[in-house]
Amino acid sequence: MNRRVFSREGWIRLGVIAAFVIAFEAFCRAGFIPRTVVLPPSDMAVSLWHILQTGEYNKDILSTLRNVAASAVLSVTFGFALGVILHALPRMRATLEPLLASYYAVPTFMFYPVFIVMFGVGSGAIIAIAVLLSVVAMIASTLTGLDRIPRVLRKTAAIYRMGTAKRAVLIDFPAAAPYLFTGIKLAFAYAFIGVIASEFILSGQGIGYAIAYAYNNFDNRNMYGLMLLVILLATAANTALDTIDRRMQSRMRRQ
Amino acid sequence: MKRLGDSVLLVIGILAAWQVLFWIAGDIALTSPAATAAHLWKLLGTARFWENAAETARAFGLAVTISIVGGIALGVMLGLNRTSGVVSEPILIALYSLPKVTLYPLVLLCFGLGMSAKVAFGAMHGLIPVTIFTMKAIMQIKPVLWRTAHAMRLNVRQTALTIALPAVLPEVVAGARLGFSLTLLGVLIGEMFASQRGLGFMIMSAMGLGDIATIMAVAVFLSVVAIAANAVLLWIDRAIPR
Repeated sequence: MNRRVFSREGWIRLGVIAAFVIAFEAFCRAGFIPRTVVLPPSDMAVSLWHILQTGEYNKDILSTLRNVAASAVLSVTFGFALGVILHALPRMRATLEPLLASYYAVPTFMFYPVFIVMFGVGSGAIIAIAVLLSVVAMIASTLTGLDRIPRVLRKTAAIYRMGTAKRAVLIDFPAAAPYLFTGIKLAFAYAFIGVIASEFILSGQGIGYAIAYAYNNFDNRNMYGLMLLVILLATAANTALDTIDRRMQSRMRRQ
Repeated sequence: MKRLGDSVLLVIGILAAWQVLFWIAGDIALTSPAATAAHLWKLLGTARFWENAAETARAFGLAVTISIVGGIALGVMLGLNRTSGVVSEPILIALYSLPKVTLYPLVLLCFGLGMSAKVAFGAMHGLIPVTIFTMKAIMQIKPVLWRTAHAMRLNVRQTALTIALPAVLPEVVAGARLGFSLTLLGVLIGEMFASQRGLGFMIMSAMGLGDIATIMAVAVFLSVVAIAANAVLLWIDRAIPR
């Protein structure tokens, strides 16, 4: 990990980001961008520190994290199960293929109001839309993973006279694992986007709701503090998942 | 022919599932397929619907042009140099997986309510995937192609048009397809918060009134348009020789 981050490109990347933040700060401080529009990054950080220290938004933060976790777990579980079932039924899969190919073209969020009427304003509707958004990524990754299991491994399993269950655990699962992990990474990213966006559109709590509320009350300080929190959370989680993902991919290529 | 049969089967399956869901959930939560189609037909006859649709189409047209032209230009610039590609890729991926709705207040404060905010928000969603796809495609062009261009003494313009562009076209079309859908989503979400016109606004105001029939009809209309556009792009994608 350390070796990678501090490669030449890593340093340049760090420099680019630092330069961007410093330039942003300078522009704000020099008055080119009025404070009513954007706060300088240092003020955002101070506001975020204040938010975390006083704990006034702890309930919202916890609610968002809980919903993201619930949606990601549900999507990964159902996506994996549906992927395995579809893989076993080629006829069914061929029928559903156009749906999978054009699923992400549909603006799923437009159905959020329907879920609100169905489940009421609250975690139910939010989790439903987040799962709807992320489950297909997991299904697609599971199908890809199962498709790419090398034939030689199946033959090896046959030579060892493994049963279906034993082959699934010892051969299929480990062979498909890197693709499954990519699915988990995507499911998590989509669940995060789905939860925050639905909270933003209509809900009673959560970070997205708190940002929308602060915006409506011209409360720039808290709004930018919370925005910074979302950016940091999403970037940290995605970078961590992405690093593991890349490692698994490169290990697979070495084999 | 078999593919067409599959598609018909899929549509029938979706309609059946919808009808069953309607029987379970009741008509407070959602309208039946037949009622939605009837309501949509009625909406399609009103001038108000087409005004909103035209407004959305205008915003989307501008946003998707910015996303695709800007994304390809940025992708080519970043991809031609290996260092800039390696440096920017993780940054772009982090930006891509950010929930951009959170940045919406920022866009509003910078652009004000109305058309420019919607276009900016749509372009924010679409620009990054197109950039990522183009950049990766340029970076993965086989070195032998560059050497061929060199051996044939092609100038920069000839290299770009006869070597680089054909080599990356499939990935660029795939990126444009993703950019297309995400830009549409961005424009619609933009309309939901900060607009007095457009289909997103129509859904938002219907949500305030509890008018479930209109929500369903507009959402279905958008889905059908999006799927049709995606099918055309998929077809182009597959028609490109590689």
